[in-house]
Amino acid sequence: MPEVRTPILELQGITKSFGGVEALRGVDFALFPGEIHGLVGENGAGKSTLMKIIAGVHTEFSGRFLIDGTEAHFRSARDAHTAGIAMVHQELSVAPDLTVAENVFLGNQPTNALGLVQWRRMAREAGEQLSRFGIDVDPMSRLGDLPIGLQQLIEIARVLFSGARIVILDEPTSALSPPEVERLFGTLRRLREEGTAIVFISHFIEDILRVSDTVTVFRNGRKVAETASAATSKGALIEAMIGRGGEALEHSYSDDLMLPQPADGSVVLKVDQLSLARSLKDVSFEARAGEVLGIYGFMGCGQQELSRILFGKLKPDSGTLAVEGKPKTFASTAAARRAGVALVPESRRAMLFHQEPVYKNISISILDRISSLLLKPAQERDIAKRQVEQLQIRPPVVGLDLGMLSGGNQQKVALAKWLTYPPKLLVLCEPTRGMDVGAKNDVINIIRDLRAKGLAIIVLSTEPETVLSLADRILVLKRGAVVREFKNEPVSKDRLLEAA
Amino acid sequence: MASSETASAAGSRARGLAPFLRSQMRNIAPFLTLIFLSGFFALASPSFATLDNLGNILTQVSVTGVIAVGLTFVILCAEIDLSIASIANVTGIAVAYFTLQESYVNIPNIPLPGAAAILLAILLCAALGLVNALGLTLIGIPSFIMTLAMMQIAAGISAMLVRGQIAYKVPELITTLGSGSIGGIPWIVIVAAIMLLSGHLVLTYTRFGRYVYMVGGNREAAEYAGLNVKLILGAVMVISAVCSGIGGMLGVAHFGSAQQNEFDTYLLDSIAAVVVGGTSLFGGRGGIGNTIVGLFVLGVLNNGLDHVNIDSFLKILIRGLILLAALVINVYAQRLREKAAE
Repeated sequence: MPEVRTPILELQGITKSFGGVEALRGVDFALFPGEIHGLVGENGAGKSTLMKIIAGVHTEFSGRFLIDGTEAHFRSARDAHTAGIAMVHQELSVAPDLTVAENVFLGNQPTNALGLVQWRRMAREAGEQLSRFGIDVDPMSRLGDLPIGLQQLIEIARVLFSGARIVILDEPTSALSPPEVERLFGTLRRLREEGTAIVFISHFIEDILRVSDTVTVFRNGRKVAETASAATSKGALIEAMIGRGGEALEHSYSDDLMLPQPADGSVVLKVDQLSLARSLKDVSFEARAGEVLGIYGFMGCGQQELSRILFGKLKPDSGTLAVEGKPKTFASTAAARRAGVALVPESRRAMLFHQEPVYKNISISILDRISSLLLKPAQERDIAKRQVEQLQIRPPVVGLDLGMLSGGNQQKVALAKWLTYPPKLLVLCEPTRGMDVGAKNDVINIIRDLRAKGLAIIVLSTEPETVLSLADRILVLKRGAVVREFKNEPVSKDRLLEAA
Repeated sequence: MASSETASAAGSRARGLAPFLRSQMRNIAPFLTLIFLSGFFALASPSFATLDNLGNILTQVSVTGVIAVGLTFVILCAEIDLSIASIANVTGIAVAYFTLQESYVNIPNIPLPGAAAILLAILLCAALGLVNALGLTLIGIPSFIMTLAMMQIAAGISAMLVRGQIAYKVPELITTLGSGSIGGIPWIVIVAAIMLLSGHLVLTYTRFGRYVYMVGGNREAAEYAGLNVKLILGAVMVISAVCSGIGGMLGVAHFGSAQQNEFDTYLLDSIAAVVVGGTSLFGGRGGIGNTIVGLFVLGVLNNGLDHVNIDSFLKILIRGLILLAALVINVYAQRLREKAAE
């Protein structure tokens, strides 16, 4: 008789709603020890909500929650932690001012009989743990000094080695370079052999298929499919995710793509010999009206700093900026906005007001256009309604607090605030990161529309697909320097990766 | 209460009453406190719930009210101003310093016409506010420390001006507004009401007011939206100092004298009024409406404790405990709201 496996974690009929909007409807979910369980679904499909219930972040829901076959009810993330559940959230949560070792042992530093921290032991053990993970850094260096990708790996390592029986990884690979992803997968497989149960959420379906044993697909708060990874394919999963034939939507970009003739629009931005400490070295380029300039490079290549300089948030050590031929040194982000530059940063938390309604989020950057002294709320709402309709933001209620929207819809709001009075130059950082196929396509179409209207657009991304799907011309940044320009020539994911 | 919440309230209503009430906790709790305290003192003392005493309470909270207007702006931006009482004091002293005093007042002062004295006093408090603003925005000193230094600086200027003496005369206009009345209503109450109303209108209906809420709600996002965050933070520090200065001038006229350390209790009272009223210490939530409720809670408490027979030393402890309770509610309300918005 075959052995009947008992799940380490079992959820039955989970329903969770946020103020009338049902995020999960009667979801069953089981997780077995020694299993890597992949979760896929569009933004707002309910994956993250389910994981937050498991991790004790959301504590109010209906349905049964069983751990080792007995009913459990977590009142906080701490309870979940005690029960052996650990989660790596999408957003980086490390202490940048502490050392690598302190971050690895955050909350349970080894102490001696007097309760003093044993620094040497902590450093040694942190170093050992990280080298098991293939990370070779000085455990006593300051975490914030390391590249973001490495910081994320260290955070993942901390969670993986915390002794948890259930580990949840929400989009762990989005900030990692391909070799780092390999290292992560190696470690996950090793932990699986040791009996750890792992939940792996990702938009990279290839990653899911490569590393997980089982895949569950979510759509609109329901579980629509659960299969063995070996028995399914990317196309089948995409179809289950979006409920229609999806192959056409997801381009693989493995083949050569022909970049068009360079546009002959006027030069909107000219950057000359820009340098910033260790981040940027003599970066020069132009952005033209009616053209999307893609800037590709691995995490930590200087993209983030470059985008901040263009929007006046960082000041370069040397080099010049010129907008429409006029040299500019932006004293503040307000000055950059007045000069016609707009930035959508990569972090949704950093660019939106989660406790304010959607319409205030949309109108914030254009208030000085529609009102001098007194506010005009009716006009603000009208503008917001138009944008919500045009960008198909869901739910289409401009008075709703932004925090009630799903991630992809929040991203659209972040774009929407620049669209009523389009800027001359739009700088987009990771415009489609963490988005599902449908929302990704919406955003791509919005950006193409803007290009047609004659905006100069710069797209900075660490995902080759993002750059390839949007750019007319591509610069590759490597360790702060422009190492290659692709224009009017064939380009592919492989060629980009090779250049970076 | 605060109209910045009305929009989200409209959204909340569709989601049912319980989450709506939860998200409005910070507005409801101070109101219930006020009703409870008023009811308690009305039962405990027959002299409390009279029209005369209502007038007393209003007069007693007026100076605090004027100072609290500016402080509300500062706290909405998630900053703090500890120099309000000192700036009130120095401005009150300055306006007396520039006024002709009786011959027995032994201060080497500079008598000027009333209008000039008032103008100079206002310029002084605005300048001190500007120093706060520059320290906070250009140099990057946290407001807590910057205004702590300003508290000493303003106290120092006060000391230099009066040198331990007491001045009595202030310009005619200030005397009238501080201690006169019209049709039985003290001018000081009217001025406080006008200042509170203006503060409310600015916060609710102007672009600047919206910016204050947005900077307080998420400073980083405000910067990425292309707002001049430093300018807004600087402006609220100046507004706070000028409101304090006006409160100080009125206070001096109200008390009938200008001297060192006259306003020391107003620092805690003003902060308490804003926070007890439910304006979030984390910024972005609350408003003048909350401050008004907070002022009444404080006013009723201070006044009511005088009406019941209670150890005057115990009064201080009770005030401290009430403030603590308000802080607990303030932080708890923020958490409930975040939960409701999740």
